[in-house]
Amino acid sequence: MTFQDALLLARPEVFLAASTLVLLVWGAFRGDKAMGEVSIGASLALFVAAGFAAVSPEGTAFAGGFIADGASIFGKVAIYLISPVAIYLGDRWLVRVGNGRFEFPILILLAALGMGMMVSAGDLISLYIGVELQSLALYVLAAFRRDDPKASEAGLKYFVLGALSSGLLLYGASLIYGFAGSTHFDLIAKSIEGGATGTGVLFGLVFLICGLAFKVSAAPFHMWTPDVYEGAPTPVVGFFAAAPKLAAMLLLARVLSEGFGTALEQWRQIIVVTAFLSVAVGAFGGLAQSNIKRLLAYSSIANIGYALIGLSAGSAEGMEAVLVFMVLYMIDVTGFFACLGALSRNGKPMEQLSDFAGLARVRPGMALALTALSFSVMGLPPFSGFWAKMFVFKAAIASGQWPLAVVLLLGSVVAAFYYLRLIKTMWFDAAPGQTDKEPLDAKGVAIASALFCFPVVLPALALLEPLAKTAALAFGLK
Amino acid sequence: MTGILSLITFAPMIGVAAILALRAMSAGQDTAVVANRAKIVALVTSLVTLALSIFLVSKFDAKDAGFQFVETVTWFSGATYRMGVDGISILFVLLTAFLLPICILASWESVTDRVLEYLAAFLLLETLVIGVFCALDLVLFYLFFEGGLVPMFLIIGIWGGKNRVYAAYKFFLYTLLGSVLMLAAILAMASIAKTTSIPDLMVFKFDPQVQMLLWLAFFASFAVKMPMWPVHTWLPDAHVEAPTAGSVILAGILLKMGGYGFLRFLLPMFPQASVYFTPLVFALSVIAIIYTSLVAFRQVDIKKLIAYSSVAHMGFVTMGIFSGNAQGVQGAIFQMLSHGVIAGALFLCVGVVYDRMHTREIAFYGGLANRMPWYAAIFLLFTMGNVGLPGTSGFVGEILTMTGAYQVSTWTALAATTGVILSAVYALGLYRRVMFGELVNPKLAAIQDLTVREVVIFAPLIASTLILGVRPGLIFNLTAASVDHLVGAYKAAVGG
Repeated sequence: MTFQDALLLARPEVFLAASTLVLLVWGAFRGDKAMGEVSIGASLALFVAAGFAAVSPEGTAFAGGFIADGASIFGKVAIYLISPVAIYLGDRWLVRVGNGRFEFPILILLAALGMGMMVSAGDLISLYIGVELQSLALYVLAAFRRDDPKASEAGLKYFVLGALSSGLLLYGASLIYGFAGSTHFDLIAKSIEGGATGTGVLFGLVFLICGLAFKVSAAPFHMWTPDVYEGAPTPVVGFFAAAPKLAAMLLLARVLSEGFGTALEQWRQIIVVTAFLSVAVGAFGGLAQSNIKRLLAYSSIANIGYALIGLSAGSAEGMEAVLVFMVLYMIDVTGFFACLGALSRNGKPMEQLSDFAGLARVRPGMALALTALSFSVMGLPPFSGFWAKMFVFKAAIASGQWPLAVVLLLGSVVAAFYYLRLIKTMWFDAAPGQTDKEPLDAKGVAIASALFCFPVVLPALALLEPLAKTAALAFGLK
Repeated sequence: MTGILSLITFAPMIGVAAILALRAMSAGQDTAVVANRAKIVALVTSLVTLALSIFLVSKFDAKDAGFQFVETVTWFSGATYRMGVDGISILFVLLTAFLLPICILASWESVTDRVLEYLAAFLLLETLVIGVFCALDLVLFYLFFEGGLVPMFLIIGIWGGKNRVYAAYKFFLYTLLGSVLMLAAILAMASIAKTTSIPDLMVFKFDPQVQMLLWLAFFASFAVKMPMWPVHTWLPDAHVEAPTAGSVILAGILLKMGGYGFLRFLLPMFPQASVYFTPLVFALSVIAIIYTSLVAFRQVDIKKLIAYSSVAHMGFVTMGIFSGNAQGVQGAIFQMLSHGVIAGALFLCVGVVYDRMHTREIAFYGGLANRMPWYAAIFLLFTMGNVGLPGTSGFVGEILTMTGAYQVSTWTALAATTGVILSAVYALGLYRRVMFGELVNPKLAAIQDLTVREVVIFAPLIASTLILGVRPGLIFNLTAASVDHLVGAYKAAVGG
């Protein structure tokens, strides 16, 4: 493979990196008044990168460190298409709170680039580079409102715990390299199959999974999530509740299936426990929350648990389910945070559950959108969240994991209570007063994603499902 | 004729769209005027749906035991849009379409808050319920079955009584808990049989060991929906707090989804497990019949009394279904239809006095027959139907289910007969306390008899109670082929 071919495979990332640098210089010269231009430029760059990814050839480049296959292309297109939404919402939101700085779109671009690397990683080194690039950008984004003590606290917490998880990840990677003799996923798989590695490599794998579990906020590595969700700026949370989770799940799927596909029985145990704990923590932890962002943090922990069930199936069907799940969940959660970003009362964002009392009378459109999104995240048909859950549970049951599936389905009934409480507050309670007029941008995104979760999802599934099915074949599982 | 089922199912959604459009167009106008227009839109929609379902029944070939008017559209791997009706489900479609206009008429004056949303919720519910009875794909069935929770939760929670939030939560979480187990079973069936098509699954032979687990999972869901003792406790709460029309829908249609599920899934798909668990179902049915009848007798709230009586009547249905013979199954279907009409009518009767006095306490009333002779007459008819007086539709279902059960288990049938006596005790007791005696409460002195609108509501219910009581053959002609097919396959599978 020539260098040109390699560049062609990495074209979306190369293009994104170049655009980021250009926009950074542009912003540096023009100052904060250039935020709008940089945002537009960044969104365009992401769209173009998504286009490049969609038509990208398949293959491996840079000595196997970079993979372009069905799964990575699927992930990249999803990530590059959802990121502009985050830029749009965040840009408008930051301008409204008087904190519009041009670094915001740049940081999102860098994070998206990191995620692109993550889903394309073919060895442990490019894995780490992708994860770190993404994480560093997100730490800064969490603390983007530097005059707000809560945001700074969130950023610091995220950074400290994130650094710890990176340490675990690196330690695991070094153990694996030490015992398997290679950083390449396929060579690791070969050496495990040969039986030359013993338990040392499994030790490394445990650390690696722990590190990635931090990134997707799966229990028992979820502690940072509620605090960071609560403190960080709302549109930023909307961003890192969506795309990075998809990227990290895909990465996890790739490591486990390509690097450790031969040790399925070993890693499945870890994933099963993590999935179970995530759903339990998410379902029961959310019950006591009165802050809606914290509630959503627990909801995201539970949902990652469901995605992990799909992973635990260890089959092509399971991987397909994870892909469908993450995409549908991403759209749900983006809509949810768009709603939160849109709603305020007397200039103060509505963040307590009680703030939503009687919303159906004051703002019927927003209440309807939030209701649809809540039912969707709850997993009730015909909303998109149901289809997402159906795919993962089906894969889990087909692979013989039905006791786990039944337990976790029961967990989803517990979690249903807190979404119901939100719906009850909006529809059954009396309104304390008017809310401010919602900004069009956030309202538009909120209603668009609500419409996606019903009814657009019904025909969309017929398109998404075959795409995910082809993409999942890339993992080489049966 | 293909497409007519989708048309019937989604016709109410056209009404929802019209109501939403009405809302958007008439911003700033007098809400009462807009509400009136919306009511007319909703009523017309539901009447059109009714007309379409009557047309459907007229085109139905009663001699064919299979599914008719089948529509199949491939969707994605794992689910197909497949609709169809047989002699069993078509009646429930008709019942739903029949009760909906009555519900809308019954709410004409009693609902004043957020009328447009109320009507939209009811029409949405109609779509979902008809969908349940028409769906021939497991996933599609689950979609409609679970989707029904959303509008019902809102109906109870927004337009319900004092304790509505508790009742709404309880309704939702109980039903969801049962349903997720069914979802697990559905996914398991899909992965074992490699299909989600209900007609294919009805002839697929599951391993008897697997059947047991699947049976229990489905049973959990339908038993909650039915509801069977001991998971019936959500029903009295939901009934008491729901608005009148909500109670009618709940008793008239939503409960029937449980019985329909038993007939559509448990007997044909898991025959060995059904036989194995029949003693369990019989025991639960008999407990439901006797225990909830006794509980009903002690109630101080009229609606709660009728709610408990519903649980008792559903005990006859489960008993009949699991008799596994033609009489039992026919009787169960008949009992469900008849109960849909009679219990619906009884809740409407409660609604009549509740609209006037805003209380459902039995002790508050007494001597109403003096002031409301027409009302007393109608209430008497439906009370008698509830007791199972020969000549009303209530009788046919009870006698047939007991005949069916008698052939399988004499003791079960014997115990169930006491339920007939007990139902007379509580129903007539209620009637005596509310209607007869001196009119002592001064607040009742000025109570008015039925209005024309109310008579119009009751007329079709009276007619169907009497007609079905005298000519049950109208129903049996439609169901016979499908029921014979079902029972024949069941007996062949279990070797009896």
